[in-house]
Amino acid sequence: MIRLPERLRDEIRHHGERAFPHECCGFLVGEAEGEVRTILEVWPATNGREDSPRNRYVVPPQEIVRAEIECRKRGLAVVGYYHSHPDAPAEPSQFDRQHAWPGYSYVIVSVRAGETAELCCWTIADPEGPFVAEEISTGPKQTVKSAAR
Amino acid sequence: MQTEILIPTPLRRFAGDRGSVEVDASTVGEAFEKLVQAHPALRNHLFGDRGQLRSYVNVFIGDEEIRHLDGDRTPLKEGTPVTIVPAIAGGAPVQLERSEIARYSRHLILPEVGMEGQRRLKGASVLLIGTGGLGSPLAMYLAAAGVGRIGLVDFDVVDHSNLQRQVIHGTKDVGHPKLASARARILDINPGARVDLYETRLASDNAERIIEPYDLVIDGTDNFPTRYLVNDVCVLQDKPNVYGSIFRFEGQASVFWAKEGPCYRCLYPDPPPPGLVPSCAEGGVLGVLPGIIGTIQATEGIKLLLGRGEPLIGRLLLFDALAMRFRELKLRKDPGCPICGDRPTIHAPIDYEAFCGLEAPALHPEEWDVSPRELKARLERGDRLVLLDVRSPQEWEICRLPEARLLPADDLPGRVQELDSGDEIVVYCKAGIRSAQAVRFLKDAGFARPRNLQGGILAWADQVDGNVPKY
Repeated sequence: MIRLPERLRDEIRHHGERAFPHECCGFLVGEAEGEVRTILEVWPATNGREDSPRNRYVVPPQEIVRAEIECRKRGLAVVGYYHSHPDAPAEPSQFDRQHAWPGYSYVIVSVRAGETAELCCWTIADPEGPFVAEEISTGPKQTVKSAAR
Repeated sequence: MQTEILIPTPLRRFAGDRGSVEVDASTVGEAFEKLVQAHPALRNHLFGDRGQLRSYVNVFIGDEEIRHLDGDRTPLKEGTPVTIVPAIAGGAPVQLERSEIARYSRHLILPEVGMEGQRRLKGASVLLIGTGGLGSPLAMYLAAAGVGRIGLVDFDVVDHSNLQRQVIHGTKDVGHPKLASARARILDINPGARVDLYETRLASDNAERIIEPYDLVIDGTDNFPTRYLVNDVCVLQDKPNVYGSIFRFEGQASVFWAKEGPCYRCLYPDPPPPGLVPSCAEGGVLGVLPGIIGTIQATEGIKLLLGRGEPLIGRLLLFDALAMRFRELKLRKDPGCPICGDRPTIHAPIDYEAFCGLEAPALHPEEWDVSPRELKARLERGDRLVLLDVRSPQEWEICRLPEARLLPADDLPGRVQELDSGDEIVVYCKAGIRSAQAVRFLKDAGFARPRNLQGGILAWADQVDGNVPKY
């Protein structure tokens, strides 16, 4: 399960609309406890696929390094990634599947003709396995542990 | 020194649920060795069977990637963490537009292709090495079939002698880069295709970068260094390599994919000695032959992309156009193969020119050479010279130097007594390679003054007599 407050979902939607017709992408930052990931912040990333930004994204590794180091400082973790599917459903593609990591949540937002439609979250259990839909909860915010770890 | 390695979330469960691990090491390689000793479950996720860092994992020191520094040997820096960076990529599912449904209808109604298969082809990328005889039908059929991204590697210019078989280029393209005419033809067939051009010779220092973005590589080259290079990089990157080769009336095809079967080195561990296997330029080739072998390669490529049918993995298909027969040989994976075997010794591209023995051609002293202009001047002066043509009778029929006598290089050892070792003999062939070998042979046989016509009859046509046809 993923806890993703409405406010952060809106941030993802707005990023998807700003980037349209290109794909947007970014970090889901928060805490993971077992199979429950609580998102506390979403951080936009640059889509590094300049050659094919309408249907592909890649998060530049340098931005991942910076995010990981920032998370380390603040006692948080990158627990997943989000990206948009311009004019396509919010379902993972074969290409998404090939690049997925077990242990991350993958939020996909569909943006149709510049306006956001459905937003879904997906995860894989093992490297060869299929994507399964992950429940999104907006529910009571979990108590956040102290950042001083 | 103590260094912190940052572990990304997906790998933490293999590292005792920790976000970072401290190790005492001086280089990146040492740090990782200690990391996987402490957390053995990590090894498979970070390194492949051949000990190489997996392609979907990058390692950074600060904000610099170690691949751009000194790799494993990169020294660690005080207070700078090492970060394991997972590759994060994806994208929207490929969709077929209305016009594409009409274009691909004959595919779409095939149960083995259908909408799903056609979307796969559209989302796929194929790199073609060479846009010559094999590359021509390959590029045209892959574009027509709807392969979304086609990369072309070539640095050559279209020549009149290409047109008999390289059907992607036309007469109007002679003198222009092959990549230009190949791209124009591909886009004429299918304006939806994305064509990436690499106007360079594929070499050890660029092959990994060029091949990396593609799903599949199809080798349409005619030289051994490139063939081994393509094989090695495909093995290192776990990519299928669709192989084809042609000579005179015969061709071969196979699919080398180390993950599933043998590689090219399992079949041919060592290259042939230089000069033993003539190229198509030296030995000739039936013009339609690359059409047949190239379309077999295209078929195999499309099958692999679709994940359908029985690929030519572990099988070498042999074709004889004169007999009009196909034969098949079973290929086995060689456990001792230096790149895909149990104990590989090759972990990165090597020097293929040296490996194939092409680096240091057997040079002969300069005074054994005669230039076309010098030869012309001496003939006009009336010097007593014997002109010896060591080409084949077919080449002799095309053109020859006046007063020359024919003695094909293959027959020379058996017929050398027909020559007078006291004569000054000027040997020529098409481009000066076979004649240089003949000069060496005559010298060793005790001839006093054999000479080699530099650049062969082609250079004579260029520099002395434009009426001599070039072939």
